[in-house]
Amino acid sequence: MKSNGIIAIMRKELARFFGDKRMVVSILLPGLLIYVMYSFMGQAMGSLYGVEEDYVPTVQVVNLPASVSALVEASGGMALVETDASAVEEAKAAVAEQGLDLLAVFPADFDQAVAAYDPAGGGAAPDVEIYYNAASTASQSTYMLLTGLLDAYEAQLANKFDINAGGGVYDLASEKDTAGTYFASLMPLLLMIFLYSGCVAVAPESIAGEKERGTIATMLITPIRRGDIAVGKILALAVVALLSGASSAVGTVLALPKLVGAASDELSANIYGVQDYLLLAAVILSTVLLLVTLISILSTFAKTVKEAQTYVMPLMILVMVLGVTAMFGGGAKTELWYYLIPLYNSVQCMVGVFSFSTVTAGVAAALAANAVYTVLGVFLLTRMFNSEKIVFSR
Amino acid sequence: MKELLQVRGLTKTFRLSAKQQKLEKTREKVRTAVNDLSFTANEGEIFGLLGPNGAGKTTTLRMLATLIRPDSGDAVLDGASVVKEPEQVRGKIGFLTSELKLEEFFTPNYLFDFFSTLHGVPPQVRRQRREALFARFGIDRFAEVKVADLSTGMKQKVSLVVSIVHDPDIIIFDEPTNGLDVLTARVVTDFLQELRSQGKTIIVSTHIFSLVEKLCDRVGIIIDGRMVCCGTLEEIRRGGSLEDRFFDIYRETVGEAE
Repeated sequence: MKSNGIIAIMRKELARFFGDKRMVVSILLPGLLIYVMYSFMGQAMGSLYGVEEDYVPTVQVVNLPASVSALVEASGGMALVETDASAVEEAKAAVAEQGLDLLAVFPADFDQAVAAYDPAGGGAAPDVEIYYNAASTASQSTYMLLTGLLDAYEAQLANKFDINAGGGVYDLASEKDTAGTYFASLMPLLLMIFLYSGCVAVAPESIAGEKERGTIATMLITPIRRGDIAVGKILALAVVALLSGASSAVGTVLALPKLVGAASDELSANIYGVQDYLLLAAVILSTVLLLVTLISILSTFAKTVKEAQTYVMPLMILVMVLGVTAMFGGGAKTELWYYLIPLYNSVQCMVGVFSFSTVTAGVAAALAANAVYTVLGVFLLTRMFNSEKIVFSR
Repeated sequence: MKELLQVRGLTKTFRLSAKQQKLEKTREKVRTAVNDLSFTANEGEIFGLLGPNGAGKTTTLRMLATLIRPDSGDAVLDGASVVKEPEQVRGKIGFLTSELKLEEFFTPNYLFDFFSTLHGVPPQVRRQRREALFARFGIDRFAEVKVADLSTGMKQKVSLVVSIVHDPDIIIFDEPTNGLDVLTARVVTDFLQELRSQGKTIIVSTHIFSLVEKLCDRVGIIIDGRMVCCGTLEEIRRGGSLEDRFFDIYRETVGEAE
């Protein structure tokens, strides 16, 4: 009889959410939107400085030196067209109108002038003028390419020593560590926000909404225990919030490589093993239960859904601030007492999982602490359902 | 006849907020809604609580339904105390008021089954009862229509049916015909009489004299939270009309107070 009540309430809540197509869409849409948006943003940022691969930009050059001609030929990627000094103004206009990608004006006898130049002498160095158009992606990227070539040429002329010329692997961080650090700085914040959003999408509606519409009292006059209502609602809301959070999280993980523009095998969630994911799932589950309980309590104080949404605002700010602390890096905290602070402990556990620096005792402490907080919250919620002042406040 | 309901010295006070005090130009911090109220109701009768708005009828019924707790006093419904055994009381009563709403997203079928589960009604009993009650009130044609899409009268009928899924022996009905059109009101009053003939005990609150005269076996008149007089309809009327008697009593009571 006891558990029957919990199950009946859970089933009703789930039927409420999954029977309503709009609700289902509003729960699953965020993940899809995040994926599409992040992918699109990544692509847009990539194409801002990139040009089509087979495009060969045209550069008009005045006084083309043999050395530069050889350099460009060796690297490829642009077509040099020698031009007379008299055509400079015309070429500048062409660059301005984006008809021409680049105009480079070298001093006459550039190679001899460079060879004769002594930096210690204090005279002006030979000056190359390169005209480009920052509004054109092709012109901008050609400009970068040519200045890069010339800079490298200049460095080569004055070569005194090299750094990392051996062609070996010098970054000793493994791909796994790099990706781990990246995920650990970003994912806890995103996950916390997604979980919070998932909870806020359903809990105020289910509790303050029922109060507002007067339907909760109809349940309260049946012999079902108040505690069963509280537990049944929290479990059902947690399921819905988890789905919503999972949808957003999957969208993010799939889109992240596209967002940062890395090849997807360099920044992939594949670096984490089954154990990591299980640990993460446990942390997320305990976080969602706690969040749903907190938001349910706040919603029970409210008379309307709108009021409830105002009450939970401070919690959102708190969740975001705590999520941002993950960005300070340094891996997970090792002191156990950090793991007793609700919500902050979730962030620390996530940082630990993502950066491969999990403090096992810490995660255990966090899960236990969250379970205790949730049970206390359910107890409080039951007391509130019993309070006529709160349930029937108008 | 068995006394199925005993109300002894029920008292309920509400704290007035500063705003309410200003609004009502009063300096009292506590308003007594129900003041030392006692009455009994017998098995198989309809008992009417008659009184003007604000007299404390709804508060009394809410205390009987265990939605709010009395400050002092107690009520015993079929052996269960509203103070000590509220969960048992909830299993014995059907409570209906316009303030209790049904979730509009669900269908009458779903709600009937949901509330049956909450009341612990076994599935086969539930099915029979649902078919009988839905046919009785013409809900069967709308059994799979969301409550949101039902007419006001049909919503009220569904609320009524849902409140008695567990076939309670005591039915508490706050303002049974308020807001109903004449046809639905008639269906409801007929049904209350039918329940009485089945031996159910029914408590209704109302301010409509004709309803009391038509339905009730015994009446209690409540003014300012006090039970001013209580007895059979004939005892109260003393041969006159209920309305005239009520105003006599009202004048006496309020006159005394002022």
